[in-house]
Amino acid sequence: MDLTTLTIKKAHDHLIKGDFSVRELTQAYLENIEKKNKNLNAYLEVFDDCLDQADEADKRLKNEKDNFMLGVPMAFKDNMLIKGRNVSAGSKILEGYKATYDAGVIKKLKEAGTILLGRTNMDEFAMGTSTENSAYGVTKNPHDLSRVPGGSSGGSAAALAANLTLGALGSDTGGSVRQPASFCGVVGFKPSYGRVSRSGLIAMASSLDQISPFAKTVEDAEIIYNIIKGKDPQDSTSLDIKDEIYKSKSKMKIGVPFHFINEGTEQAVLDNFNQSIKKMQDLGHEVIPITIPNIKYSLAVYYIIVPAEVSSNLARFDGVKYGLHKDGQDLLADYLLTRGEGFGKEVRRRIMLGTYVLSSGYYDAYYGKANQVKNLLKADFRKTFEEVNFVMTPTSPTVAFKIGEKASDPLALYLADIFTVPANITGLPSISIPSGFALTDGKKLPLGLQFTAPFLAESSLFEIAKQFEKLNG
Amino acid sequence: MNIRDIEKLAALSRIDLQEGEKKSLLAEMGAILNYVNQVKEAAAFAADNMEEKPYSRNIWREDANPHESGIFTDVLLASAPARHGQYIKVKKIL
Repeated sequence: MDLTTLTIKKAHDHLIKGDFSVRELTQAYLENIEKKNKNLNAYLEVFDDCLDQADEADKRLKNEKDNFMLGVPMAFKDNMLIKGRNVSAGSKILEGYKATYDAGVIKKLKEAGTILLGRTNMDEFAMGTSTENSAYGVTKNPHDLSRVPGGSSGGSAAALAANLTLGALGSDTGGSVRQPASFCGVVGFKPSYGRVSRSGLIAMASSLDQISPFAKTVEDAEIIYNIIKGKDPQDSTSLDIKDEIYKSKSKMKIGVPFHFINEGTEQAVLDNFNQSIKKMQDLGHEVIPITIPNIKYSLAVYYIIVPAEVSSNLARFDGVKYGLHKDGQDLLADYLLTRGEGFGKEVRRRIMLGTYVLSSGYYDAYYGKANQVKNLLKADFRKTFEEVNFVMTPTSPTVAFKIGEKASDPLALYLADIFTVPANITGLPSISIPSGFALTDGKKLPLGLQFTAPFLAESSLFEIAKQFEKLNG
Repeated sequence: MNIRDIEKLAALSRIDLQEGEKKSLLAEMGAILNYVNQVKEAAAFAADNMEEKPYSRNIWREDANPHESGIFTDVLLASAPARHGQYIKVKKIL
């Protein structure tokens, strides 16, 4: 069994043919985890009942030949609730906490017979772009152990890239799946906002959070997405809408906002991106320079809306209902000590920023303005998609950076999400696919190409991404 | 913004800050707020009545058919740091 070339689709075919069992497949991943996780710190916990889950899946195989997720081992970012199991969101404030119900996506994957391998490392409460903000140590990039895997879903991306799982879930609020996918050389796909239930996802910024799959191929990402998508009564923002059917054309129009890309992007990333443009043209598509007037404000909008929602969402961690409790002289002192010790530095910083931008006197100047610009940006994209079918950019302006390189400068870390944030602000579906490598310090570091499509146009996004993937080899 | 503003924000946020962190937070928050201030120049071009059609809206369920009282109590209380019978124990407020 060669795990490096195995995909969900191939594993399914092998399982149906009886080339190996789910138990043997699961065992192979557990052995790899045993060998490699110590160095990578991708998993925070590997569940002790994986082989029992595998035996159950093996029993179902004969009768469920069209169930592609049956028996597929998967890893989960540690902000998705799995009933009865620990979940920490990468924070000390939830150390030892056990989930009391299954997240919507977990429910669906359990029903499908997916093997839940374990929970993966992440920036605390998904706040970060490098997984350095975890309270449980940094995760390392499998392509170069001195570099970050990206973030905040860095553990899931690293686990998949190192063949410690066959698929993974993360959550993407500003690029937290696409950017680590790019850094680790795998596919990361953020669906339209509302496509996938957020029930049981520990909230960071509820209006932007979206659970998103990592996979080795676009087809695998689509297989995972098809299981987890859909209306969930437990999430009132989940959509009950059928897929938009886009008529596929052999010649698509692909818009590139050069005005946004050329500034501050590493040369190696630009060179690779220009090659990708050539490849899209070779496929017969038209690549058109476009202007998205307000796109440069996306990150500023993001760092107002996110802290605002963070300060509200994280008010629930008070040392009273669950999680860490630090005892002070009175109830107020309990709150102050619990939250002061339980939250890490970046989380404290964002809660305070959110408190500031929402405070009376500043609310209109920050939160009100951010929402106005959010609307401008949505209008920009609506007009853009009257002209072109997709918007194409690099996923990240840089290759994976060194651990510690940007740790002392929060704003520099925020800029790692510059190309991914617009899709979250606008709610649009967006995918990152491997587009090659940059040779840096003697190491081959992966690069990613990002396509963004109109709202609900997931099917056309998969199609264009598959075309690129096929040509890119 | 000055150190007293940071202390006030920390108090509002219910976060106990170490002395050393106040200074670094002051510098970092200054830099971040300076960056996000860009939205003001963009918002100058926004029309007052401009509202993009929302993709989704909040849908409330009917306030009916509640679950049987008490069936989740034990599992939820098991997570509480302090418990008194079937209640979460908290310190008195006044």
